[in-house]
Amino acid sequence: MEKPELIKDGKRLDGRTPKDLRPVKIEAGVLKEAQGSALVEWGGNKVLAGVYGPRECIPKHGADPYKAKLKIRYTMAPFCSKGEHSRSGPNRRSIEISKVIREAFEPVVLSSQFPRSQIEVYIEVVQAEGGTRVASLTAAAVALADAGIPMSDMVSAIAVGKINGQLVVDLGKDEDNYGESDVPMAVTHRDKQIVLMQMDGLLTREELAQNIDEAIEASEKVYELQADALKKSYEKEERGKLKL
Amino acid sequence: MGEETKTKILREVRKDFLQELLEKGKRFDERELNEWRPVEVQKGAIPNAEGSALAEIGGTKVLAAVKFDIMTPFPDRPEEGVFMTGAEFVPFASPEFEAGPPREDAIEFARVVDRGIRSAEVIDVSKFFIEEGKVLGLFVDLWVLDHSGNLMDTGALAACAALLDTKVPKIEDGELIREESSGGLDMKYKPLATSFIKVGNKFLMDPSKDEEYAADMNFTIGTVEGKVSSIQKSGNAGLSRDDVLSLTDIAFEKSDELRKYL
Repeated sequence: MEKPELIKDGKRLDGRTPKDLRPVKIEAGVLKEAQGSALVEWGGNKVLAGVYGPRECIPKHGADPYKAKLKIRYTMAPFCSKGEHSRSGPNRRSIEISKVIREAFEPVVLSSQFPRSQIEVYIEVVQAEGGTRVASLTAAAVALADAGIPMSDMVSAIAVGKINGQLVVDLGKDEDNYGESDVPMAVTHRDKQIVLMQMDGLLTREELAQNIDEAIEASEKVYELQADALKKSYEKEERGKLKL
Repeated sequence: MGEETKTKILREVRKDFLQELLEKGKRFDERELNEWRPVEVQKGAIPNAEGSALAEIGGTKVLAAVKFDIMTPFPDRPEEGVFMTGAEFVPFASPEFEAGPPREDAIEFARVVDRGIRSAEVIDVSKFFIEEGKVLGLFVDLWVLDHSGNLMDTGALAACAALLDTKVPKIEDGELIREESSGGLDMKYKPLATSFIKVGNKFLMDPSKDEEYAADMNFTIGTVEGKVSSIQKSGNAGLSRDDVLSLTDIAFEKSDELRKYL
């Protein structure tokens, strides 16, 4: 397939500069029943996350006597993409994403405070437009905080990729499809630990260094939006109002 | 104490309390016996789908999305399109939901909403024929996001609103062109549902989650304008002929109230 020109005169297909994120909207406390919840609308992505716990670990024999078990499930709804209706439920891709998201939270969730229990995070992508894993992780972090789960730090996610030889922040769907690399990352706010990192494509060592720096810088913007959403949730008159 | 034991005890406590209230003609949230909680419908919530709506009744939220695909017809109906309804109880929607294959409740929920639409022939699937061996399939997905009681009516409302929001993609040379639409769906009726629970010898409409805990049975009546299109009795108690008929009268009146939100 012929590759479209993804960047021209410093502007990307949707008019963004290399450092611009797509419009990102975060709201906490959008669900009534869930203990903590968040909606992240990131470009055309719409992701909902809901949290329960710490509560009794099921099955009991799976409980850890030293800490709470963190369970994270990421799934995409069968209607979420512009294309055909897909099968519902977890698949190989979503199981891998669930695993790396869980491992991004393990270092910050203070799970040793709740031995033998479990903390559940459910993430539902109801509309997808490239970059669902970083939008999902961002939503999960806000939902965990909204649920009052103690964490040592906030986690914010962003992807940086290469299109037409140039590094750009927050790949859109076409940039992801036709780009030369994609590096989704999650970074802790205070000590800048990289808690999620994946990569595909081809990058030189120098490009990789720049990529990481760009991602850490951009993750700050995501953090600001997360913190803002959590502050606003305390001003809410009524929890559980959802506007999609 | 295990979760299950806790649920059973809660059920008994709530039931006693609700029965006492009902004797005085009252409910937990001070509603009339036959009164909807606040209703809201947002159409077009998922622009990637060909039709969508988020329906809310008293905090219960169901997202319905419509997708079309080209598929092979069923062998016994070679000239008809396919209409399918699926449902997912998203685990964050209730502390009692778990991740995993659909439970019997989720299957019942999808099938009852499906029957309400299918049995009234709301959608003429014979128009979905493309060519031999090729028909249009219409999928309605019901995603339960928040379960605060009365899933059935919220699901039926979401499905109906999503179908009303639907743009049928254009078909050219047997292929779907999703970016272009050939117009909306022809809908003969607006199918909706009205559900009741029985507590002791009293019936009440649009049960909240707390009220459902105390229910002896649940009765759902699907209606289109002026006709009953589906019925489902679930739960462990029974009801009389006259009960069914008086609930039907209420369902006609109350579903018309709901139609105003579409």
